[in-house]
Amino acid sequence: MNRRTTHRTTLAGTLLAAVLLAAGCTGSGGASQGEDAKAADDPDKVSGTIKVLTHRTDLVQDGTMKKYAAEFNKTYPKVKVEFEALTDYEGEVKIRMNTENYGDVLMIPGVIKKNDYPKFFASLGTEAERSKKYLFTDFTTVDDKVYGQSPMGAVPGFLYNKRVWEEAGITDWPTTPAEFIAGLKAVKSKTDAVPYYTNFKDMWPLTQWTYINGSVSCDEQATTRLAEGNPWAKGADLRVGDTLLHDIVREGLIEKDPTTTNWEGSKPKLVKGEIATMWLGSWAVIQFQAAAKEAGSNPDDIGFMPFPAQVDGKFCATMSPDYNQAVNINSDHKEAARAWIDWFTDKSGYADDNLALSPVKGAPLPDVLKPYEAADVKLMELDDAQGAAVKEIDNQSEVGIYKPDYRQDLVDLARGAKDGSLDGFLDDLGKRWTEAAKTAGS
Amino acid sequence: MTDTTEKVARPKQAAPPAPKSAAPRKVRLWRGLTPWLFLAAPLVLLITFTYAPVANMVAYSFTDWDGVSPELSYTGADNYVELFTRPELFEVFFVSGYYLAASVVQIAAALYFATILSFNVRFRNFFKGVLFFPYLINGVAIGFVFLYFFQDGGTLDSVLRLFGVESDKAWLGTSTSANVSLAGVSVWRYMGLNFVLFLGAIQSIPGELYEAAELDGANRWQQFRHIIAPGIRPILSLSVILSISGSLSVFEIPYIMTGGATGTETFVIQTVKLAFQFNKTGLASAAAVVLLLIILAVTWVQRRLVPDEKVDLV
Repeated sequence: MNRRTTHRTTLAGTLLAAVLLAAGCTGSGGASQGEDAKAADDPDKVSGTIKVLTHRTDLVQDGTMKKYAAEFNKTYPKVKVEFEALTDYEGEVKIRMNTENYGDVLMIPGVIKKNDYPKFFASLGTEAERSKKYLFTDFTTVDDKVYGQSPMGAVPGFLYNKRVWEEAGITDWPTTPAEFIAGLKAVKSKTDAVPYYTNFKDMWPLTQWTYINGSVSCDEQATTRLAEGNPWAKGADLRVGDTLLHDIVREGLIEKDPTTTNWEGSKPKLVKGEIATMWLGSWAVIQFQAAAKEAGSNPDDIGFMPFPAQVDGKFCATMSPDYNQAVNINSDHKEAARAWIDWFTDKSGYADDNLALSPVKGAPLPDVLKPYEAADVKLMELDDAQGAAVKEIDNQSEVGIYKPDYRQDLVDLARGAKDGSLDGFLDDLGKRWTEAAKTAGS
Repeated sequence: MTDTTEKVARPKQAAPPAPKSAAPRKVRLWRGLTPWLFLAAPLVLLITFTYAPVANMVAYSFTDWDGVSPELSYTGADNYVELFTRPELFEVFFVSGYYLAASVVQIAAALYFATILSFNVRFRNFFKGVLFFPYLINGVAIGFVFLYFFQDGGTLDSVLRLFGVESDKAWLGTSTSANVSLAGVSVWRYMGLNFVLFLGAIQSIPGELYEAAELDGANRWQQFRHIIAPGIRPILSLSVILSISGSLSVFEIPYIMTGGATGTETFVIQTVKLAFQFNKTGLASAAAVVLLLIILAVTWVQRRLVPDEKVDLV
């Protein structure tokens, strides 16, 4: 109630009524903090209608989600599942979370601070208990309680057209950034393909470069090191990645006009061999295979390779979660909501259908990652204990490692549309980051 | 309802000098109330969707709210202090210079077309429609259309090729070129509005004046200089105010087309990014308040330098 009093003193007169009204609208849900969504013992007794908010508009439209729901009803006959697909998922859910009405099951939007999870979501159990069975529990743990579960995981990597790279005479994955650039140069000179496509205009593909964090150093504590040190120090993961991106652009190995790129258009181009490489993640493979079928080319041409860096002769790749599903703390049917999350994670086959990693420990790798298995790539899960701190520093410093802006500046710098040197640019980022790290988290 | 309005309307016209106390209490009450009843609908909408959110925004500008969290704390003028101690946040106003320059072109072109089309020209109405049409298109759609327009090998390049110009330029590739291109789009979009305003003003000038001028042997330029230009002064100064405030708060076109990349970031885009990317809703609200104050100040200065004179042509 304190904040209302402060409003009253700062703003007088006619504005008062409106402000009080507005302050009343800001935030709720604090009342029922710390509830659990327990798993039911008997599936037949779970009942109620639950609404699932999802970003997968495609799956809701083509009826795939309904099929999952029908399958779910075989185990839980008394639960009715409804879906609401949101195109601008982050933006809309963020605003809806100011009320109590944000579905029963939802994907945790990226903007929600980890420390606020207990105010918005019901806990799924303790970390100790859940981490035995599932991957990624760490990413939603607050005070040893887990608040979400991702139904699938992904591994970052380069999607490339195997045929084109073979034409350029490269069959083995490059093991250093320099080798990788030599590879792109060979593609440029020996084929007609664009060696690397930035997807500059669509912006978010550039943010994928942040997921190299951990792949270079092969360190499970990579996120902790982001929070505690300078991510652009010499030899640090992000510096290595950003330098590679810079060099690719500087050497002219990208598309002619990055300012008018087109993500949807880039998919058929890659499968047809007009584009050789893109840095994305294993999650993208299924989309490119679909594009290949549509364009009538061979889906097997799409290859997937890790970041060109090795530690002790081994590649490393980090497994990271997709959106984490959680139960709304204000839900009237928490058991049913919990049942959906458990079933969707364990039994739905959603991860398989998306050629993604299953979050259940010990599940076999998807076909996409079979070459990784063959090449003995080390798959690891980053420790996300400092994940919240990293986000906080990121916002505080306005660097935006999960946002496209600084990489757009980096690309502009590399192609000469912006003044400055790479070292100066990265050092400035590091300076802003470490300064913000001092004040953040207070 | 019709009954009441008539009751109110009649005495006003019929007997203005009648002493107020003569009207019965009830009639007086209605008389006072009726305009408010009419105003109620727009006022409620205006307060709900304009003034309340603005008041809200001003309130947020004194907090550290992140836009989602149920908790927010009062931080006094901290956001404003931060804003004014970070000069780089105001550097983006240089980008507004491009749009300001473009709006000079825009007003000149609009004035030119309005003058030409106010005379008897063939296909007059057709050209009026053509010039006004872009203003009717949604800004987002314009953004997408022009993205294809400026693409490598896109519409602009093909058209240039028709004229034998082989252009290999990435139109949005460098900061200067991108800003000029975007400002060009903005001219294309908003010229129609200026044009219609000017045309309306020109057409409200009594026709006898032209006739008299023609009899006196004035040519078209002299007519423009001595009849049209002074006749549309108020509208001209309104257009200037609108274009200055417009140039300071450009948003849609650059946001859709480049997202603020390659040095095309404007103050509003920067504010949106602060609020929705970095979750600094408090700081962003303060930035929005400052922009509002800047625009008010610029308008005030401009009104001081060029005061509105009464136009008296006859």
